[in-house]
Amino acid sequence: MSAGLRILVGCKRVIDYAVKVRVRPDAAGVVTDGVKHSVNPFDEIAVEEAIRMKENKIAADILAFNFGTSKGQEVLRTALAMGADRALQIEVDEAVGQMLEPLHVSEVLEKVVRDEKIDLVILGKQAIDNDAVQVGQMLAARLGWPQATFASKITKEGDNLIVVREIDGGLSTIKVRLPAVVTTDLRLNQPRYATLPNIMKAKKKPMVVKKLSELGIELKPHLQVIKVEDPPVRSGGIKVDSVESLVSKLKEKGVIA
Amino acid sequence: MFARFLRSSVISTNTSTRRLIGSLVIVEHSEGKCEPVNLNAISAAKKFGEVCCLVAGFKCGKISEEVASVSGVTRVLVADDVFYENGIAEKLTPLVLAAQSKVTASHLVVGCSTFGRDLLPRVAAKLHVSPINDVIAIHSVDTFQRPIYAGNALVTLKSLDPIKCLTIRATAFPPTTTTNDKPAPIEPISAPSSDAVGAEAMNLAEFVSVERHKSDRPELTAANIVISGGRGLKSGDNFKLLYDLADKLNAAVGASRAAVDAGFVPNDMQIGQTGKIVAPKLYIAVGISGAIQHLAGMKDSKL
Repeated sequence: MSAGLRILVGCKRVIDYAVKVRVRPDAAGVVTDGVKHSVNPFDEIAVEEAIRMKENKIAADILAFNFGTSKGQEVLRTALAMGADRALQIEVDEAVGQMLEPLHVSEVLEKVVRDEKIDLVILGKQAIDNDAVQVGQMLAARLGWPQATFASKITKEGDNLIVVREIDGGLSTIKVRLPAVVTTDLRLNQPRYATLPNIMKAKKKPMVVKKLSELGIELKPHLQVIKVEDPPVRSGGIKVDSVESLVSKLKEKGVIA
Repeated sequence: MFARFLRSSVISTNTSTRRLIGSLVIVEHSEGKCEPVNLNAISAAKKFGEVCCLVAGFKCGKISEEVASVSGVTRVLVADDVFYENGIAEKLTPLVLAAQSKVTASHLVVGCSTFGRDLLPRVAAKLHVSPINDVIAIHSVDTFQRPIYAGNALVTLKSLDPIKCLTIRATAFPPTTTTNDKPAPIEPISAPSSDAVGAEAMNLAEFVSVERHKSDRPELTAANIVISGGRGLKSGDNFKLLYDLADKLNAAVGASRAAVDAGFVPNDMQIGQTGKIVAPKLYIAVGISGAIQHLAGMKDSKL
């Protein structure tokens, strides 16, 4: 471990954060065809953190990882252009891709982490599509490793990481023994943009694509989607022309005294 | 080790003729106080029958008594040990598993706070079940609704697992009442710390320190009125305007991500998809554009 950490960073392909999603008429999910996708924002932060660790000579190797349909290779190219060394995709077809749960991702990640002799896994705290907030914790449990979730600062101290975590009442600092799983919060860093030369170079970096079956893992569903629907619509509001009328309206409604 | 846990949990649940009914609520507390979110979690847990609560911490006798007097709680398990201080997930997980096999609950329930979201997936992975985060409605013992895509879609899920692990969105369930007439019995519990799991958990993670942002105003997620500021406030000093207004209304003060990133206010004031979720009677947004990610945290406000 002293020769520099081998880091795995998770890169999920999700609908871009600025897109207003639409629920499919058949209530089976949301419309994804023809919709802009990009790297999950929290995963970009994870990639950035790993690159900074390499620049600070803490990390030796950065493996960008994606699990999903072949389209996931796009986000791996982005991670490579940012500075990851190599990429690994575990590919599944569209039908399987739609049923993946954090439990399945953690199962596949566990195998990859062991095979690749990873010392540190950095994942986003949540994916902005399913908002599950689970993969990192579940992976740590499976590996028997410690977890440092919602990280806003990471420093290495010997064989430990000192991690500042964003918790409800403020900030909490913990010390976790390596190997470990860390999940990123928004305040951890500001991800860099990939420059054009780096995007070109990224095309030459190694990307391995494996089928899920090659890992010898079979996934069975634990959750069944009954339906996906729109949230209730709020009725339109009113505009008031002065502070006085705003306050009097609020008093009428009884929300202020 | 994982396999061993899996095996023991499967035996205690599947091959037992006892019908699994009831829930185990993992109680969250800090600085000697019960978090309000527990009352919402217990209220949700009541839908599954008997409610057993697990209180883990150091010198948590008072908290266990408080929990025992909450309406609907039928049993309280207490692990009072310095080992469980500060809610470290690695240390709590073996204990939660021990409590689960003792009470054979069908549902593990915890509030959807940073504590609950940190701990529950770790427990669920050890049980080899898929946890369900941020539950906003319970349709039946195995069917739940939760928001996805920053609340822009709602998914109804059926859990096929023998044990359901749920984190509960506090604002979607009314808090249960606290009554003192017939407190539930309190029993001590301990995790098998002598075995490999306990020993391993000892060294994995350690608490170093905590820095809490003190405020005299109501707690953000429980306040009746919330006033939030965004980028439009231009500086941290201008937030004083909101604090003054908040004091007049007995309101809590929140913020958008832009205000937090610009350093106007600490991050635990952030409201939105990745911050806190609030649903007060009145939400006043000042200098906030209303991005999808911010709306996710406040759109269930009444006015």
